[in-house]
Formats: sequence, structure tokens, C-alpha cells
Amino acid sequence: MTDNKQFATFFLNGMFFGVEVLKVQEVIRYQEMTRVPLAPAMIRGLINLRGQIITAIDLRRRLEMPPRAESQLPMNVVVRTDDGAVSLLVDEIGDVVEIEEDTYERLPETLTGVARELIRGVYKLKERLLLILDTELTVSLPGGFSRAQSKGT
Amino acid sequence: MDDITKEFLVESYENLDRMERDLVTLEKDPHSKETLGSIFRTIHTLKGSSGFLAFAQMEAVAHVGENLLSKLRDAVLTVNPEITSALLATVDAVRFMLGQIEKTGQPGEKDFSDLVNLLARLNEAKNPAPEAPPVTAAAPAPAPVIAPSTIEAPVSPPPAPDPAPAPAEPSEARNSAVSDSTIRVDVGLLDKLMNLVGELVLARNQVLQFTTQSADSTFLATSQRLNLITTELQENVMKTRMQPIGNVWSKLPRVVRDLAATCGKQVRLELEGKETELDKTIIEAIKDPLTHIVRNSIDHGIEQPEVRLQRGKPPEGCLRMRAYHEGGQVNIEISDDGNGVDCERVKAKALQRGLITAELAARMNDHETLNLIFMPGFSTAEKVTNVSGRGVGMDVVKTNIEKIGGTVDLQSQPGEGTTLKIKIPLTLAIIPALIVTSGGDRFAIPQVSLLELVRLEGEQAGQQIEFIHSAPVYRLRGQLLPLVYLNQELKLDAGRASGPLDGTAAGLRPEGLSRGKDGSPTGGQDARPTLLSDAVSIVVLQADGHPFGLVVDQINDTEEIVVKPLGKQLKGLASFAGATIMGDGRVALILDVLGLAQGASVVAEVRDRTLLENAAQARKKTDTRQALLLFDAGQGSRMAIPLSMVARLEEFPASSVEHSGAQEVVQYRGQILPLIRVSKYVLAVNATAKEDNQQPMQVVVYSEQGRSVGLVVGRINDIVQETITVKRHASGHGLFGSVVIQDKVTDLLDVQAVIREADPTFYAGKSVVQIAA
Repeated sequence: MTDNKQFATFFLNGMFFGVEVLKVQEVIRYQEMTRVPLAPAMIRGLINLRGQIITAIDLRRRLEMPPRAESQLPMNVVVRTDDGAVSLLVDEIGDVVEIEEDTYERLPETLTGVARELIRGVYKLKERLLLILDTELTVSLPGGFSRAQSKGT
Repeated sequence: MDDITKEFLVESYENLDRMERDLVTLEKDPHSKETLGSIFRTIHTLKGSSGFLAFAQMEAVAHVGENLLSKLRDAVLTVNPEITSALLATVDAVRFMLGQIEKTGQPGEKDFSDLVNLLARLNEAKNPAPEAPPVTAAAPAPAPVIAPSTIEAPVSPPPAPDPAPAPAEPSEARNSAVSDSTIRVDVGLLDKLMNLVGELVLARNQVLQFTTQSADSTFLATSQRLNLITTELQENVMKTRMQPIGNVWSKLPRVVRDLAATCGKQVRLELEGKETELDKTIIEAIKDPLTHIVRNSIDHGIEQPEVRLQRGKPPEGCLRMRAYHEGGQVNIEISDDGNGVDCERVKAKALQRGLITAELAARMNDHETLNLIFMPGFSTAEKVTNVSGRGVGMDVVKTNIEKIGGTVDLQSQPGEGTTLKIKIPLTLAIIPALIVTSGGDRFAIPQVSLLELVRLEGEQAGQQIEFIHSAPVYRLRGQLLPLVYLNQELKLDAGRASGPLDGTAAGLRPEGLSRGKDGSPTGGQDARPTLLSDAVSIVVLQADGHPFGLVVDQINDTEEIVVKPLGKQLKGLASFAGATIMGDGRVALILDVLGLAQGASVVAEVRDRTLLENAAQARKKTDTRQALLLFDAGQGSRMAIPLSMVARLEEFPASSVEHSGAQEVVQYRGQILPLIRVSKYVLAVNATAKEDNQQPMQVVVYSEQGRSVGLVVGRINDIVQETITVKRHASGHGLFGSVVIQDKVTDLLDVQAVIREADPTFYAGKSVVQIAA
């Protein structure tokens, strides 16, 4: 991380998150979803993105945050991953921001739990802190799930 | 790996395949100049390009092979089995090196000097007598004598390699003429095209929905055109993925040749319907099962030449493969004229291996016995050879075929041969499916696992579903059908609604279930809401041979659906096979029937079941009693047949009987149902005249392979659950024997024997009486 980098940003539970802009395929409004029975709660459903079926992961649940208010419709940030596109459900979309590398700082030791695993680092912007999310880790669901039940396929 | 190498690999693999085919052909017809020329050109091209890419070892192997071939072409040598084997070994060696190049970029260090020496020796073999006419085919014998002198042969390649370039040029000219009309396309690109077309179909469907509301004639005409073009485009894109089955079969002549040689048998392979086309993914999936079946046929089926002669058959066995399209499916038949399957031996082996119990064995009919072959761990081979006998095989064949939605059926006439019939869908990308609703969501069920649909209405519904402790069952024609509630199985409650906007869907849902995982506030307390509603819809499915009923809220429609895979986050869910996009653009999940059945414990963990579990299952089966249909055949004789053989019980007025030739028939469900009077065959009385013509006839409808026959009986008495122990064997014509049921002697009717006697063509598969509805 030496050069200046661009991040697509969004809000989640009042916090400011960013993912590398090159990882983002597109941002779309809330879409109707088909729920997937028996799937972990953080998987909100499947959406039809122009003929492609995409899994939508609720980032609030993924990061173990309190659920969104019923009235608030999440937005889809569709990210490219090694395993095709995946949609991340977020509260609100921010701008694409360019970051100077020297504002980067590692996570404080006091941050623990799932957030520590998924957040790569933090950039100190003027008004607020930008938390950088690791998309590959985010879309790989916590261990055991896929292996434990994969006997059938 | 650079593009040139990649292209070289693709081309060389193709060339090798062709060469292998040609070599086998050549052995049968040693004087075919054309075949020989083709082989020669292939190896020459291979030598040339491997030299160009500096794969020296490959070039060296190809070079000695070419030398030998040039002798063959110049008629200095004649093809004999030894030469063919050596050349085939050359093909294998080159293929091995190609594999290495693919993996590592280098042909590898493996030493092929043995092969090179062998080729050189064969090449030298005839040199002492170069004038010898081609008749000397049978004289490779002197070769070993010369062997010591030929060890240095590879170092100084024998002369006469130079007529090579000349024939090569015309070959290239010919190749280019063919390649002008075809191009290579990446399969990934085709997949993408397929996806886009799927999307276009969807968009088209949405446009078409508007046409109903629009009166604009230009719009109507345009959308009509869009409709037609889309359909045609879809068909053609599907076609690009189709490949003739001959692509898989091309490997078989070699397999057959090598195996026949190993087993000391003579086998002729006949292929019919090579041009039958299948989707590429399916072609890949059936490759191994087919090879396995062929190996089995040769190893177990076809006898040694002497045995065949003794039995009055030609010494050369015939293995015939036939592929053809039928009803949107591809049928592949593999038949041999060999030994057939000895049912008694199969039973004995199954007993010995603990797959079944003695009691079960005694009760099994031939068809059931034959199907034992598909059980894991089964093998009749006396000794384990490298060909077969390890007891892994036919069950894998069956699993693999079933995995792609196909079915396997085995038929065998002892002493005359075996026929294996495989039915597989044309494509995996688009499958027919039944759409059902449960818990407010739609699900697609692949049609292949569907047996029938049952709807219980009103009063019936509550009463007909019974409970064995906590397990709900339904009596389907006397057999207990375990029921699985889809909404319970998938824990469908309102709590996991897909989003806040989903209020409407949530409202549609029936009362929630108590098993809500995340303790949703909307989840109700009633465990079986569907029982209380007016109607119960049961989808009868089959998973690994076990039927079970899936209770859903609503059965919608059948549709052709485009199967899309699930993301890796959801791959672990055994209950779903994929997802699809419905006409309205929403996503629906495709149920994996086997996974669902396993989840509901309808079947044991099929994929990792062990022999022991299997044996336990078989034992459990023997404990259950058999349901029998009791009837009077006339003249007060009590008879019984297993209820599982009964498709339906019908009553026809005597006046509805018509005649087709001498055969009595009735019209039944749009078909003509031939009638067989049981009394006539079993009791040898012509009951027709005696019977009161005013009485309606009681008919037991028996179906097999889509054909039905009606057995006319005197009176239907009862259905009982009995353990059958035959007390007295075959007391009469068309009977298995007698048993005591309800304290009375009852004869067990051999339905198949009676039908065979009444209508010898029934089992021959000839459609004599069936008329398409």
C-alpha cells in the first residue's frame, strides 16, 4: 500500500467503510430477494442480476451488528470475488474517495472478534475514520458451515 | 504455457485419438491404404511439431514409430497384433508426455527406451528379407533372435525415413480445407453465450407480458418477431454445446481390443448412432460409466471362444452400442451376446457378501435380483483381476448416471446376453421441473425424481395422514409412504423473510412453524399447519429407490428451467441443487431430492454408506411384511398377488369390452388395455361364456415399462399384510405356489408368466397395443 488508492465507501451502523474500487462491480438499489432456507442468517437471499444469480450477504449480520431498522432498505454493493459476484448489503452508499497512504494506521489491539478478522486497517480522514473491508474474507463465511453440511453434494 | 504449446497440445490429443481409432481399424483391415496413410500422416505431423517445439524425446519416440509405419506403408511389413500393440503403446507414451507438458511444461524424464527398442526391433525384424511379400504377417517370431543386435538401433535410426515429407503435404492441404469451415471456440465463451441467451429469454418473456395489455400493432408485431428470433437463437446456441456421442465412443475400440486380448476373448464392437448429440457436460459425465460397462461386458459377459463354440455361438462375441433420441432423452443401449447374468449366482454372491438375507433372496424376482448388481460392494467375479472384481463399479456407474438425471436398467437372458439401457437427458442446462410453493416461496423439483402427485381434499386430508409415533405416513395403494413436510424440512418460517418489503409474501405464508431457528417473532406454535387446511398436496418423489411424499402448500406448474449454480457460500446446503430464474424475474431454488431425503432421513447417508449399513437395511427390508391383494379368480379359488405389482384396480361394465382380433380389450385412459382373464390361464376354463354379463368386471391393472395389461378377476377380496412363506411349490400353471393367508390356502399368481403366455410380445417391448394418447 504505497500509492494513493481509491475506495468505494458506504455506511454501516453509523460507521464508514470502504472497499477497493476495483473490486466493486456495481452498486444497485434494493432488490427483491429469494430467501434461502437453512442458510446462515447473514445470507439474506438470492438476487437476479441480469440473469446471474447472486448471493446477498447482509454486512450488518456478517459483522455482528444490530439489525437495520425495518423501514430502512439496504443497498447492494456488488463485489467481484474469486467465486463470482457477491452482493454486500449496506445501509447507505458514500462517495468514491481517494486516500493518501500516510493516513493509514493498523487496527488497535483492543479491537477483537469478527471485525478484527475482516477489517484490514483504518485511514484517518479529516472528519471520520474509514475502515477498509477485506472482501474475499467477508464473502468466505466463517468456517465449518460449508464443510459440515456438504456431504450431499 | 504459451499459445503455441497449448495449440500443439489440443491438436496432438486430437491426432492421437484419431490415430488410436485408425490403428484398431487397421488391425481388422490390414490392407487399407487409406487408414495406413492417415496414421502415417498423423505421426508425421506429431513428429514435426514436437521437433519444432524442441520436445526431443517425444520426437524420438514418434520418429521410430514413423519408421515402422513407413515400412508398413511400403508393404515391407504387414500389420500384426504385435506391431499394433507397439504402435498403440507409442500413442500411450506420447499421450503421457503430452500430459506432462500440460502439467509441467516439459515432457518429463520418463524413460521410453524400452518402447523405442521394441519399435526399432519390429522395424528391423523384416529387414533381412525386405523382399518378403506382405503375406508374412504371422512371422514376428524371428524378432527376439535379432533383439541383441538392435539395442543400438535408437542411436542410429534406421534408414528409409525420408519418403515422409511427400505424403505429408497433401494431408495438410486436406486438413486446411476442413478447418476452413470450422473454428475452435472456448467452452467458457459458449457458456457465457448460453447465459446471455437465458437472460434474453427472460427479457423476452417480460416483453411478452406487456403485449396482452397493448393494442399497438407495431409493438405486437415487433414483440412477435422478438419472440421467434429469441427462440431460434436459444435453440442454436444450445446446439453449439452439443457433441456427437461418437466423441466418447471413439475411445472404445481400443479399450475393447486391449481388454479382449487380455481376457483371451474375441470381441467385435458394433456402434450405432454415433451422430446422436448430447450436451458437452453430459458427454463428459458418461465417459467413465460407459467404459466401465464395456469392461464389465467383456470380462463377465462374453465367454471364451471355445465356450461359445460349445454353446453354438460364433466364437467372436458381439458388443453392440446403440444411441438414439427418444422423447427428449437420449437412450444408450449396451448389449452383448454373452453369458447373461445368472440370477442364482448373483443371489449367492449377494448372500455371501452379506448384502441380502436368505429369506429376502428367496423372495426376490429376477428383475430385483438383477438390480443387486448395482449395490455397492457387489461383484460376481471369482477372482480379483486387474479388469474387474473389486466390487466397486456398477454402483458407481449407477450413481454417476443418476447424478446427471439419468436412469439405468439391466435386462438379461441367461445364456443369451445382457442389455443395459441408459436414459439420460439431452442437456443439464435446461431441465423440466415441477414448481411448488411452500411457506410462500417457490421451489423447483427436477422432473426426473417425480413419481406422481397426490391431492387429498377436505375430510380425507386429516384422516388419511396417519402417524407412526411422530412420523407422518400416507397409505398410497396400500404401501406406507413416509411424508416429509417441505416447510418443516426447510424450516420455512416468516422470520427469515428476504427483506422488509417482503410483507406481502409473509402474509401469504401459512401459520409459521415452531421450529424457527432464530426465534422470529412471527413464528407460530402449530407444528403442522397444513394438516388443518382443506387440501394436502403430496409430491411423491423417489430418492435412491426410496419413494417418499413431500407435502407442499401448492403445486403450481411444470416448466423448463435453466439451472444455475449456487455461490460457494451456499454450496454446503445439501437440500438445494441450484437456483433458477422464473418467468417473473425472481429467483427460485431447485430442490436436491436426494439431499432433501437424506436431510429428512428418508434414506440413509447414501454416499458414504458402508456395506454394513447396507446389510442392516436389507435386513430391515426382510422384516417388513408384504402387502398382498387377495382375489377370487373364479370357481372359488383364492389367489394373491403382491400389491406392488398392481398399478390400479378398475371396474369396467361388461359392455365396454371390445375386441381387437381375438384379444379382448377395453378403452382405458386414452389407450387400449388388453384384458387377460386369469381364470382362463390359471384354471384352464374359458370363463367368458359362464360369467354373468350383467356384472361389472373387476380388473387389476398391471403396468410395466409404460405398457399396461388388465387382469380380469372374479372378485377382489382384501388387501393384507403378510409374510409369505411358500408352503407348497407351483401347484399349477402360472402360479408361484401356495401360501396360507387368513387361515386359508391361497395361490400366488405369477403375473409375469400369465402375461407372457397371453401376450408373448408384452415383454418384447414391441408396441402392439399401445396407442399414443
